[in-house]
Amino acid sequence: MTNSRFFVPVCCVLIFAVLVGIGFIIPQWAMFLATMALAKGLVALGIVILMRAGLVSFGQGLYFCIGAYVSGLMANWTGITDIVLLSILGVLVSVILATICARLLSGYRGIFFAMLTLSLSMILYGALSKMSIIGGTDGLNVSAPTFLGYAPEGRALGFSLYFYTCLVSVIAGGLIRVYFNSERGLTALAIRDNELRVEYLGSSVKSAISSGYIMAAAVGGLGGVIAGLAIGHVDPEYAYWTTSGEFVFVAILSGFFSITAVFASSIVLEVVRSFSNLYFPNTWQLVLGVFLLIVILLLPNGLGSLFSKRRRKGGSE
Amino acid sequence: MKINYLRAGARFKLTRSAGLFALAASIISGTAAAEETFKVGVVTFLSGGAAESFGVPAMNGGKMLIKMLNEGGKLPAPYDQKGFGGLTIEAIEVDEAGGATKQVQEFRNLVQREEVDTVLGYVSSGDCLAIPPVADELKAFTILYDCGTPRVFEEGEYEYVFRTASHAAMDNISLAKYLKSRGIKADSYAGINQDYAWGQDSWADFSAAMEQYLPDAEQKTSLFPKIYAGQYGTEISALMRERADVVHSSLWGGDLQALVLQAGPRGLFKKSQVVLAAGDHVIPQLGKKMPDGVIIGARGVNGLAAKPNGGELLETLWAAYEEEYGTFPVQAPFRMWQAMLGLKMAVEKAMAENGGKKPNDEELAAAMTGLEWEAPSGTIRMTLGKGHQAIQPNAIGRTQWDAEKNAMTLVDIEYYSAECVNPPDGIAAVEWIKQGLPGAVCE
Repeated sequence: MTNSRFFVPVCCVLIFAVLVGIGFIIPQWAMFLATMALAKGLVALGIVILMRAGLVSFGQGLYFCIGAYVSGLMANWTGITDIVLLSILGVLVSVILATICARLLSGYRGIFFAMLTLSLSMILYGALSKMSIIGGTDGLNVSAPTFLGYAPEGRALGFSLYFYTCLVSVIAGGLIRVYFNSERGLTALAIRDNELRVEYLGSSVKSAISSGYIMAAAVGGLGGVIAGLAIGHVDPEYAYWTTSGEFVFVAILSGFFSITAVFASSIVLEVVRSFSNLYFPNTWQLVLGVFLLIVILLLPNGLGSLFSKRRRKGGSE
Repeated sequence: MKINYLRAGARFKLTRSAGLFALAASIISGTAAAEETFKVGVVTFLSGGAAESFGVPAMNGGKMLIKMLNEGGKLPAPYDQKGFGGLTIEAIEVDEAGGATKQVQEFRNLVQREEVDTVLGYVSSGDCLAIPPVADELKAFTILYDCGTPRVFEEGEYEYVFRTASHAAMDNISLAKYLKSRGIKADSYAGINQDYAWGQDSWADFSAAMEQYLPDAEQKTSLFPKIYAGQYGTEISALMRERADVVHSSLWGGDLQALVLQAGPRGLFKKSQVVLAAGDHVIPQLGKKMPDGVIIGARGVNGLAAKPNGGELLETLWAAYEEEYGTFPVQAPFRMWQAMLGLKMAVEKAMAENGGKKPNDEELAAAMTGLEWEAPSGTIRMTLGKGHQAIQPNAIGRTQWDAEKNAMTLVDIEYYSAECVNPPDGIAAVEWIKQGLPGAVCE
């Protein structure tokens, strides 16, 4: 069954239907929380793509921020508020930048790769902080998006954003699943195990890593566009290393086997943070830390290992 | 075995945390069900760099005031009624740390999940810019109590958002006025400000105001160390080399403490006249280590600058705060108090108009627009931004250590009326300074 070519599309449609169904019953705050969690999950998904090749990017905030600023500045300067157009623009700019950066980054591994990605995002942070014309460290406000000519308000706006976010998350998730199952996607796992052998087998490690990085940037930019429009405010903090750290965190929480787990972890993290922030205003960081510690102790391979028995075996990896 | 042990441990932790959660929930719902309450979401820094100097003192001051109001009759008229118009005040504390993204989410949670009647908070100007559009979208009555950026109501217009404190322009205008009126030698001036919006804006305001009041003064170096840098050795060397008559700084919190502690022994305070735009709040921590003769502002007639004015309201709150927390109140609790007292006035005004019901967001917004009330820091008037932005008087003074009382005092205090140092409605603050402060009414 899982090998059928219809498996991924059918799963996607089912998950999408369930998500939208949930959207009709949950209160508005939860819908907003889910929108943000899915947007951040998209960025974390990018890290998961890289994690499969044994790389961790500490700088996905770069693309998150680019996506957010592209949508924010476009909306303010040109008056484009259509979310589809803004998404395309955000992804496009991210992909162009990533294509340039990938040439540099694909030659590095391990901590060097992580630190280089981190420094790139911090360069953007520094540059944006200095640009007082676009708000400097305080950032700028973004007006509410429209949806192919439809300009909702109130609950309809929240629902439309949620609907759109679910749609793009499911499509992106589905496409990446297909990529993971493809020959090229599986090469990433082989790179993780032994890079030299992959080269001897005739695959280019550099190009595999480059394409993974570019894909990660695309989903990162997409997540940024949605987050910027949903929050209604963008600031350089989007590119700050703590933001990137949060994405790494979601990726570690989910593990690199399941795509659903990435979004699920992102939602779990948001829920835990949201409630701990309210009920323990002075110690919410502690609550969050304890929660993560428990998850890491009990599920060293991430939440993804709960979904599939094949992966649970790999605990000693 | 190991796995079993771990699982057992997890189960234990889960049941225990579930128990705690249930307990917390019962406490929260217990107080809510007791009687009709007015729920206020109070948001300020409880962790991070701005917690010690701004967030925690403000939250302490707020909690203390809410307790006094709920008991009723503790404060002089018109604040002698219990709670807000008889409604018991219930505060939900939220930590402001984590950036504007998180704050927008928490704001939505407060309004939609916790269904608070008012959100009162925000120190960071980034948060103050991000929150108002959401507040208007949700039609949620919101008070910004602390942040300084003039951009909030200069760039936007909001129906449900109010700021109960002056924006930051008056801090630096007052400093320049003080230098001129006191005849302090200021042939040249230099600056050290943090490299983010607050520091950049403060320096822009100060140098623009200097152009107006002391046009012959020569502007020397302006240094912008990173926020939370904590080490100012090279900056102090640069300032010493410049030998400017006046050194301006808008540093705050730990950064300001570090600057004072590092610059003191090297004699910067002797070589130059140091002026601190928001310097009063580090005095409790520094005590005697704050040099004499430093010119400081407190972003309003707050803290030590307010004390000489006396008055029953100020004395009551001052004494209660000192007794509760063992130190005197600085600017942060003063701004929290003026916000809460303004909210009390607005609620009671709205209730007088709607026949004593708990007011909704529209009624609160209508009552708050253009409101005027007495706070420990003087008269607060909502005159800017179409009645949504407050102006308040300001004060500048010099530090002097009182060896007998073993306490820091402010001397040579000059007070400025609100209209003297705040722009009229409809003009951006920095433009107003550059045009020569037209329409300023000074006593």
